[in-house]
Amino acid sequence: MSVTLPPEKAKAHWSRTKNLMFLTLAIWAFFGFVIHFFVGALNSIVILGFPLGFYMAAQGSLIVFVVLIFWFASSQNSIDEEFGVAED
Amino acid sequence: MAFSMKGDFTDNLGRIYGVYVGGFAAFVVLMAVFEMVGIPDKFILWCYIGATIGIYAFIGIMSRTAQVSEYYVAGRSVPAIYNGMATGADWMSGASFVGMAGTLFVLGYDGLSFVLGWTGGYVLVAVLLAPYLRKFGAYTVPDFLGTRYGGNAARLVGIIVLFACSFTYITAQVYASGIIASQFLGIAFEWAVFAGLAGILVCSMLGGMKAVTWTQVAQYIVLIVAYLLPAIWMSTLLTGVPLPQLTYGQALSQVAEYEQILGVAKAHVAPFTTYSPKDYFFLIFCLMVGTASLPHILMRFFTTPTVREARKSVAWSLFFIFLLYFTAPAYAAFSKLNLMSLFANAEGLKLAFDQVPAWMLSWGSIEGHQLVTICGQKAASLDAIREACVAVAQKAFVDGGGAADAFDAATVTGFSYADLRLNNDMIVLSTPSIAGMPIWVVGLVGAGGFAAALSTADGLLLAIANALSHDIYYKMIDPKADSKRRLMVAKVLLVVVALAAAFLARTKPADILSMVAWAFSIAAAGLFAPLVLGVWWKRTTSAGAILGMIAGFCVTMYYLIGNVYGFDFVKGTGDEIKWFGVAAISSGIFGVPVAFIVTFIVSLVTPAPSQEMQEFVDKLRLPRGGQLIRQSS
Repeated sequence: MSVTLPPEKAKAHWSRTKNLMFLTLAIWAFFGFVIHFFVGALNSIVILGFPLGFYMAAQGSLIVFVVLIFWFASSQNSIDEEFGVAED
Repeated sequence: MAFSMKGDFTDNLGRIYGVYVGGFAAFVVLMAVFEMVGIPDKFILWCYIGATIGIYAFIGIMSRTAQVSEYYVAGRSVPAIYNGMATGADWMSGASFVGMAGTLFVLGYDGLSFVLGWTGGYVLVAVLLAPYLRKFGAYTVPDFLGTRYGGNAARLVGIIVLFACSFTYITAQVYASGIIASQFLGIAFEWAVFAGLAGILVCSMLGGMKAVTWTQVAQYIVLIVAYLLPAIWMSTLLTGVPLPQLTYGQALSQVAEYEQILGVAKAHVAPFTTYSPKDYFFLIFCLMVGTASLPHILMRFFTTPTVREARKSVAWSLFFIFLLYFTAPAYAAFSKLNLMSLFANAEGLKLAFDQVPAWMLSWGSIEGHQLVTICGQKAASLDAIREACVAVAQKAFVDGGGAADAFDAATVTGFSYADLRLNNDMIVLSTPSIAGMPIWVVGLVGAGGFAAALSTADGLLLAIANALSHDIYYKMIDPKADSKRRLMVAKVLLVVVALAAAFLARTKPADILSMVAWAFSIAAAGLFAPLVLGVWWKRTTSAGAILGMIAGFCVTMYYLIGNVYGFDFVKGTGDEIKWFGVAAISSGIFGVPVAFIVTFIVSLVTPAPSQEMQEFVDKLRLPRGGQLIRQSS
């Protein structure tokens, strides 16, 4: 039924998982908040009619979030497979 | 018939929804043909609402179930991509569909805080919560709290928070569906609410989560088509390219030019013209954390077959939500461009009274709502507009030192862009008629808004009714109840909650509707800390979690009520509180940290959780091995 890993292996799995969590949340915080602190400066760059600061909040950050979750899901899955704790 | 192959229904999903999309496209074409052969508009609008409720009812009845696990978690058999669509519909409420573009239209850049806040939260769901909650195997969010924090106290506090954030929310959804139904069916609001109620119950009553899942997928398809089509239409018309999300840069530049011509002070793309930077970022934070705490969203990820699929399905959910949210700013820009060009091209930059477009009057004259405001008054008729604008001009003339009798009303022949105010909620619904699109598009947009309101209402209804039936009735009152009795109780409670929401919505409770925005802060403050720490910090104790939830919830509620009403519960009497200038909608900014801090401190001073519970959390972190708690059926 439920798997039990040897403690040091379980610890290694969880520390890899935690690192991935911190990395993902750092990217999330950057595109969710930090980049928008600079909206004023970014707005002076205009591409195809879009001021860049406006574009990042309206579209850029959203695209990053979508790609980020797909990437996170596959990274976490490869960690699980490496430690043999992925589902069959 | 695909639906009769019960056992392998999920194997045939692609085919079934393929047929559905084809059928829906054929239906829309049929409506366009109806219009061309001169069938009355009203009939076409009735067809849209009637046909969509009909198909939802069909799916709902086909998915009826007598199994507890199908009723609560759709038998845990929903593939990631379909769960993503269902979550999209579950998430995007009537307000998102109807109000989002309007908010962006009015607020410009500052409105993007909603776009960011309502998408970024899914990163938190994917990383911190969804896979672990799926592994756990609960039926409801309070079920997780009750098991992890050993007992009914945590369960009960969870239910109270759930009820506080979900019930006002569902009332608003029933209200929105009533508004749309009354608008499009041409019947009184008091009766249209029950059309909405019927639409909600047919999806959920017989089949619980299973039926709601498959109708939400169908509703997602309707709502996304209805949202994208008018935006693509406007983009093609104005720029020749059918990709509004790429071409609205041009519209933004054009809007900026018109803003110069018309002397509009708040530029559309300029940041922080309405909100301060602090308001803006606090709001994003509260909406993101709230997203990751709303029970009706979290419970969608209980329905996937595996932990791996749960993670993937969060990604698909955000992708499907993204399709609407990255179109909304384009929608707003094109609508604004359309409207501004009316004024920028008019003589003297004033729209003459005899040039007022018909939509302004037809939306302005709707009784009981002030959707179009011209010269400070409701635009109920051409005479009302003229009278209001003359009065404003006369006052300005007298204030400027002119004699009252020297004023000539005949000199007032029109009004300027600055004199016009549109209600946020009418932008999306009225854009097809403003842009001169045919009635079959207008009806489609109505059907989309209706689908958005119904699907969210269904998700909320299940979240509330399931917490009452599973957590209160089964876990706390009668743990020996057999599955037949449990299902009966669940269905009765579902109808009771739906009726309560409908009767409340029928009274048009303005205060309750404005409370919807609070749901995110309430959920964030009450639920985020115990859920996240329950998985990520083994040392979290029951006492810590319970007190943390209570503290976060109470601080947020205290601030909300204190900020909006003051403690005499009457608005505007001067006893309202304001801490650091934080707006009511962002009150979670106090509750979330308080919940974490209290949980942390109390956990450290109480004895560590039992060895058994710590091992349980260890297992929770490993996907392999099946779900942890066995639900008796």
